[in-house]
Amino acid sequence: MIISIASGKGGTGKTTIATNLAVAMAPEVKLLDCDVEEPNDHIFIQPRITYTEEFGLKVPKVDMGKCSLCGRCQEICQFKAIVVVGKSVLTFPELCHSCGGCFEVCPEGAITEVDRAMGIFERGTRDGLQFAYGSLYVGQVMAVPLIERVRAEIESGMLTIIDAPPGTSCPVISSVKGSDFVILVTEPTPFGLNDLKLAVGIVKILDIPHGIVINRSDLGDDKVKEYAKEEGIPILMEIPFSRQIAEAYSRGKLLVEELPGWREKFIHLYERIVDYAGKS
Amino acid sequence: MREKADVKELIVISGKGGTGKTSLLGAFASLAENKVLCDADVDAADLYLILEPEIKDRQDFQEGHKAVIDKDRCTECGKCRELCRFHAISPEFEVNPIDCEGCGVCVYFCPVDAIDFPIKTCGELFISDTRVGPMVHARLGIAEDNSGKLVTLARQQARKLAKEKGLNLILTDGPPGLACPVIASITGADGVLIVTEPTLSGHHDMDRVVELANHFEIPAAVCINKYDLNRDMTETIEEYARDKGLPVVGRIPFDPSFTEAMVQKQTIMEYNASCSAAQAVQGIWERLRSTL
Repeated sequence: MIISIASGKGGTGKTTIATNLAVAMAPEVKLLDCDVEEPNDHIFIQPRITYTEEFGLKVPKVDMGKCSLCGRCQEICQFKAIVVVGKSVLTFPELCHSCGGCFEVCPEGAITEVDRAMGIFERGTRDGLQFAYGSLYVGQVMAVPLIERVRAEIESGMLTIIDAPPGTSCPVISSVKGSDFVILVTEPTPFGLNDLKLAVGIVKILDIPHGIVINRSDLGDDKVKEYAKEEGIPILMEIPFSRQIAEAYSRGKLLVEELPGWREKFIHLYERIVDYAGKS
Repeated sequence: MREKADVKELIVISGKGGTGKTSLLGAFASLAENKVLCDADVDAADLYLILEPEIKDRQDFQEGHKAVIDKDRCTECGKCRELCRFHAISPEFEVNPIDCEGCGVCVYFCPVDAIDFPIKTCGELFISDTRVGPMVHARLGIAEDNSGKLVTLARQQARKLAKEKGLNLILTDGPPGLACPVIASITGADGVLIVTEPTLSGHHDMDRVVELANHFEIPAAVCINKYDLNRDMTETIEEYARDKGLPVVGRIPFDPSFTEAMVQKQTIMEYNASCSAAQAVQGIWERLRSTL
């Protein structure tokens, strides 16, 4: 089963839910941090890294000895990543989506594809729990290809937990698509509710069963609960605000290891998800 | 370009989400004069929930294309499926609009011209009035691409509006993260305020946006929200910022007034200007104003 953790709004507690759920279910679990812009799971998991690769995306390289300046590469490129200027061809690797169009269209075979480094991918373990994440290099624009690389670690038949980035656009879709269940983490505030509704829009488009976890559940109002009831979305767990929890989080500590009772709560969360998703 | 230099733009970003960007920007909106507000978090825009804008003008945001296969013309030769690197075309020759990158390779190579390539409407842009001044905001369609371009468009509109109305400041609420939308929100700005929280995650994410601001050579300042949740971490982060040559413009205590104000659709300055958090925010604003 694949369970993804998402939220429209940032800072609602995705990382807390993903890391604690994974550790509570260990060792038969894989945790994938798909928030490649700001990955945080490794801070809490402290994995022993067993594999590192530099992740690259294919971008065009033009052999001017073969190029006839016909301009077809410029014509096919939708992203303005390759342009004929006078007697040379300029490429803008940071704009390239690696679609391969220029490479396919070039009649002279003057274009080859070379790797452009975008970030780091790492794999590791923690007491049998399997962990992988990606970290985009600073200044890089596109998150999705690295997210796809992290998702290539999904193994069928194994419980996989995916920590998605915040927001509602393509990086979120890439992270959660194909999941069996999505946990939407929110807080009971007007911002939390607004962004929760956007996130529900995504899981409805993708047609994935989903439920809500309310974090800092005692700071705000009742509107999230009213909304969940109207929409028939189950509330799977509530985490009240506590200085103890906030402090443990600030030091990179896990609730299931620091505070009594939380391991059981996260195992119970998993059992409820199994009920709603209809599989384990 | 004297005109451009006359309008200053300050962006609030954080790296990590949920550190208080929008609440802080709302408070600045109450304190600053002669400004335009701009919500550049087009993915999950929240500033409108506090400022309740009255929409004066809206426009569609169109960007990019999606491939659509016309079944009547398609001969099912399979060329498109062979070339599509995004696995967006099903064995039944239907394009999944979520996976389609809009690269047009299938359109170009289809031997019978069976693939249409219509332009997409991916969002909306609004120009509004609020009780604290004019505001530009946007809404990206759910599951849409191109948020960076919508961010750029919103910021251009805000600058245009500032010039038209003779206002000399733009306050922009930035998105979380590090990639496309954030880069689009800070390039060419006069300054960024990085709001962080005293946690290991907050520290980690702030380091990366500090590097980003340096990379694009934009002057940055740092403030720490909920600083009293971990005072040691606050000290560590402040030391880190100073080492990087960034001014630390203030600390804000953890204060449920922020949430209470949000529930009342007010900025914290409107809700309770004398609470400790509001006082801290006022100090931060005064220090920022003098550096801009």
